[in-house]
Amino acid sequence: MSGLNRKWTVVICLLAAFSLLTSTCTKKKEAYKVGAIFAITGPASWLGEPERNTVQMIVEQVNAEGGINGHLLELIIEDTVGDETKTVNAVNKLIEKDNVLAIVGPSRSGTTMAVIPIVEKAKVPLISCAAAETIVEPVEQRHWVFKTPQKDSDAVIRIFEHIKSKGMSKVAIITGTTGFGDAGRKQLKKYAAEMGIAIVADETYGPGDTDMTPQLMKIKATDAQALINWSIVPAQAIVPKNMRQLGMTIPLYQSHGFGNIKYAEAAGEAGEGIIFPAGRLLAVDSLPDDHPQKAVLARYKKDYEEKFKEPVSTFGGHAYDALWLVIDALKAVGPDRAKIRDHIENRKGFIGTGGIFNFSPEDHNGLTKDAFEMLTVKSCKFTLLSE
Amino acid sequence: MGAKNRISLGVLVGGLVLLPLFMRNPYYIGVMVFIGLYSLITIGLSLLMGYAGQISLGHAAFFATGAYTSGILTTKAGFAPVPAFFTAILLTACVAFLIGIPTLRLKGHYLAMATLGFGQIVYIILNASVEFTGGPSGFGEIPRIQLGSILIESQISRYCLVWSLVILVLIFSLNLINSRVGRALRSIHGSELAANAMGVNTSKHKIQVFVLSAIYASMAGSLYAHFVTFISPSSFDLKFSILVVTMVVVGGMSSVWGALVGTFLLGLLPELLRNFRDYDILVYGFVLLLIMVFTPEGLIGLIDRLKGAQEKRSLKAQAKLS
Repeated sequence: MSGLNRKWTVVICLLAAFSLLTSTCTKKKEAYKVGAIFAITGPASWLGEPERNTVQMIVEQVNAEGGINGHLLELIIEDTVGDETKTVNAVNKLIEKDNVLAIVGPSRSGTTMAVIPIVEKAKVPLISCAAAETIVEPVEQRHWVFKTPQKDSDAVIRIFEHIKSKGMSKVAIITGTTGFGDAGRKQLKKYAAEMGIAIVADETYGPGDTDMTPQLMKIKATDAQALINWSIVPAQAIVPKNMRQLGMTIPLYQSHGFGNIKYAEAAGEAGEGIIFPAGRLLAVDSLPDDHPQKAVLARYKKDYEEKFKEPVSTFGGHAYDALWLVIDALKAVGPDRAKIRDHIENRKGFIGTGGIFNFSPEDHNGLTKDAFEMLTVKSCKFTLLSE
Repeated sequence: MGAKNRISLGVLVGGLVLLPLFMRNPYYIGVMVFIGLYSLITIGLSLLMGYAGQISLGHAAFFATGAYTSGILTTKAGFAPVPAFFTAILLTACVAFLIGIPTLRLKGHYLAMATLGFGQIVYIILNASVEFTGGPSGFGEIPRIQLGSILIESQISRYCLVWSLVILVLIFSLNLINSRVGRALRSIHGSELAANAMGVNTSKHKIQVFVLSAIYASMAGSLYAHFVTFISPSSFDLKFSILVVTMVVVGGMSSVWGALVGTFLLGLLPELLRNFRDYDILVYGFVLLLIMVFTPEGLIGLIDRLKGAQEKRSLKAQAKLS
């Protein structure tokens, strides 16, 4: 009899322990699921890889500090390979299968444009890390779409302002035939007319090209006072080399797509003196200590470079801003897609790596031309342009 | 059509009807939609490669012609999607006909080079004619297809549309193969010289099947444009041409069923491999390698071989019994 009793006691104790265990399990809050899609492999991996590294780093940091209001952050990362069909499938998966609260990415303009109809229909906030302005315009058709990279038009304006301040008015442009290069070409032509600058040569090159001498020969034959090279692919580093070989001495301007120190390294000595607009991330060391962005930039740069042993690029910074915007919204409003969207749309004074974001229903980018600094290459390093 | 083909077709249609009942998640249906689009192209390529023995590394160009014609006509010229669909077919057929006359005189590697060159030319045109095609940025806002009162917008409606078309194309192709034209095509694959000597108009038949495969690709292109509603040149590069050829080769060139098997495998594989994260490409390559090493005639060859072995076994068993 007593033996039986003891047996029952053990069983009851086990049951009690088990129920206690399960109850503590259920008490733990459900993780917040966020999707991330980047061109991690494929022809645009130089964009996607730093972006992927960055978001992984943020998730580790956030979860190590106890998550968002006690909820762990679960990031589901998908690779687009820079391919539109794959991106469409990946976004469908994130929305329908993983049921994510928001999506960060894609890396490229084309892949972003391909998934905008999907997120608009499914009503999921998407914070793109791609450049083209059509991603957030017209804004009434981009209810659920935001982007963190600075505007092309602002980069163009900064370049033209600098050219004009030097008393020049005739420029040649050479652009890459990618979505980024093409969008830049359109903006350059648009603002040249408005700002009284004449484009005397308009050349293009393919992303896989290895020699731009023919195009530069044509430009050399014109009376251009400066050359603007607008591209985001590694091929852009060949232009300064070819210019040097041809003995061209006119100043070379690059776009914000030059914002990876690897490009300056690829250009080598020929890259010295290149002028380009970029976010402040690349010149954080030469920023004054009281600059509002200094703390964010310095922290990101230090964390990233310590962890991955490679220099930060502005592209990783776009993903940094995008994911922190989502985390910021999750902290404030919790797991609700519509509330997250509304929160981002009304977010003011968000200090990111790309600038200080002031979103509004009319502006889903939130940055102005002040987000850019004019930088130059000096001894294979990016520094603030002094004049 | 043959009893075997009828059974296979029945199994396919049955599977396609039952599938949405079990897979309710729109994501899976969406993957099946893309497999359907690819199938349209690979069925045509299988006719061209497997039956007529001609290779094409430029089918992305016909896919692009369909997509861009539909896209431009509906967004800029005010066409409805359905008439645009047929205009695209007509235009693609004309382009394929004109390209086919000189290129199909070539053989082997030269034909591969010529079609590859054609594909690249179209790709460059799409990139360079910015005013017309939107250039490298592409263009969006392509309207969705309206069939009567039904707007083809949900994944399931796309699934029904694209797979109905695949079944129609498949029935047409199977009938073609088992007709006089089909026999003529196979004779070209066997020996063009012998076929000519037997009075088969080889150049005519080669161009016919080339144009037909281009038309299938154009259909897929038009549907792609209306489904995704955004197109840019990067979807129509050499990589795409190689992908569809790989689908046909992996599945097996000996029949159109091989093309379908290959399309299913290579269409599903990237989705199934998502769990492998960064290693998905490695596994993908490994699977392709295994298939090519162990079944150089394609997966359909493996099925035939298994069937052959089974028949042999049953014959042996019968022999033992008697």
